[in-house]
Amino acid sequence: MRELDAGLLFEPLRDALLRINVELPEDVVRALTAAADKETGPAAREVLTTIVRNIGIAREKRLPLCQDTGMAWVWLRVGDDVRLTGEPVREVIHRAVEAAYAEGLFRKSVVADPLFPRVNTRTNLPPVLHVEFVPGDRVTVAVMTKGFGSENKSGLRMLLPTATPDDVMSAVVDLVRAAKGAPCPPTVIGVGLGGTMDAAALLSKKALVRELDDTHPQPEYAALERELLARLNALGIGAGGLGGLTTCLGVKLASMPTHIAGMPVAVTVNCWADRKAVVEL
Amino acid sequence: MKPVSLPLTQETIEDLRAGEAVALSGELFVARDAAHARLVALLEAGQPLPFPLRGAVVYYMGPTPTPPGAVIGACGPTTASRMDPFAPTLLAHGLAGMIGKGQRSAAVVEALVRHHGVYFYAYGGCGAFYASCVTENRLVAFEDLGPEAIYRLVVRDFPVIVANDCHGGSAFFEPA
Repeated sequence: MRELDAGLLFEPLRDALLRINVELPEDVVRALTAAADKETGPAAREVLTTIVRNIGIAREKRLPLCQDTGMAWVWLRVGDDVRLTGEPVREVIHRAVEAAYAEGLFRKSVVADPLFPRVNTRTNLPPVLHVEFVPGDRVTVAVMTKGFGSENKSGLRMLLPTATPDDVMSAVVDLVRAAKGAPCPPTVIGVGLGGTMDAAALLSKKALVRELDDTHPQPEYAALERELLARLNALGIGAGGLGGLTTCLGVKLASMPTHIAGMPVAVTVNCWADRKAVVEL
Repeated sequence: MKPVSLPLTQETIEDLRAGEAVALSGELFVARDAAHARLVALLEAGQPLPFPLRGAVVYYMGPTPTPPGAVIGACGPTTASRMDPFAPTLLAHGLAGMIGKGQRSAAVVEALVRHHGVYFYAYGGCGAFYASCVTENRLVAFEDLGPEAIYRLVVRDFPVIVANDCHGGSAFFEPA
């Protein structure tokens, strides 16, 4: 059994959070630049070129890309053959989030309760934390800083078990169509398929941790992702909702076994600021 | 890009057409969800507002903390539709313009025509870019709301697109 001091997660996790609110992954920057170059809609082209300029300014001045620096979403995977020692890992994660949002001068956007009372915690705590046990002796932490302009347009449908791939795609297209320009398109779409209602929702987030320009390992799903991306871009919503060729930069799908009576389909909409990182120890 | 001075005059608003790219210079008031609820509550109670609405432009935004020596932090637009329930009341009381991202409700589009107002689209997510267009930043009211307080900004060449004009025109694409 490998022993690992949980406190060792603090620095890499804080640094990852500090980085992702300021700098986007290279594949996302490439996709946005390519979208700007080929755009024919005059307003959407203006939006995309401004996004590319914004990425440059944020990097140079070390300013957050967007004022909505998000709610921290954390997916902790702990290997069966590793034992975490020292400070409780949950507390290490909380400390890293708090430190990053203070040091980075990020906006604190979390309220203590949805209703009673809806007051800002002023630390951006707590993050949303998911824990999973996996084979091996590694500890992996995936983080996203999730903006809510796009999160508010996310959603879920419980389809019939007899639904076809076409029906699944239609459910996703309907959601993106209804979102129009609000979630800051071009978006990245995470799709969670199967499991129970909550599991599908979580899968739609986990799918977004994948790199933008990777390919789904299963050929049928790789084809479905490509087809869905084409259908979403055919909507014509375009950057900012002002009409254009690129409504979505990518579709990432994750699936799991489900019940004979159902087909949960969850969609997480992410804005063009596709902020994510993976830390492994 | 056509220069537009703030606060807005009726003549300026009449000339704006949906789809036009313009550069705003002058005074903006920052307000979002919680501040809107309070502004409308004040109006309904017949109380004075913390800033004059006549000709004013409201920017739907909540900035990141201001870095040392800077005027403001990242300051891009937030989703405008969340302010749709409040906008017609403010327009009826003299508000001239709004800046945000995403489509507005039919009621807001209609109120823009009735009260001669305009809704500008600001580039969504471009908070670092917009920080360089702000020359003054002062807290005006509702400090307890933190990033949702009301601020008065002075901007120079702040680029936006006319999204909904006072003639009923819209720059947004309606997906089939």
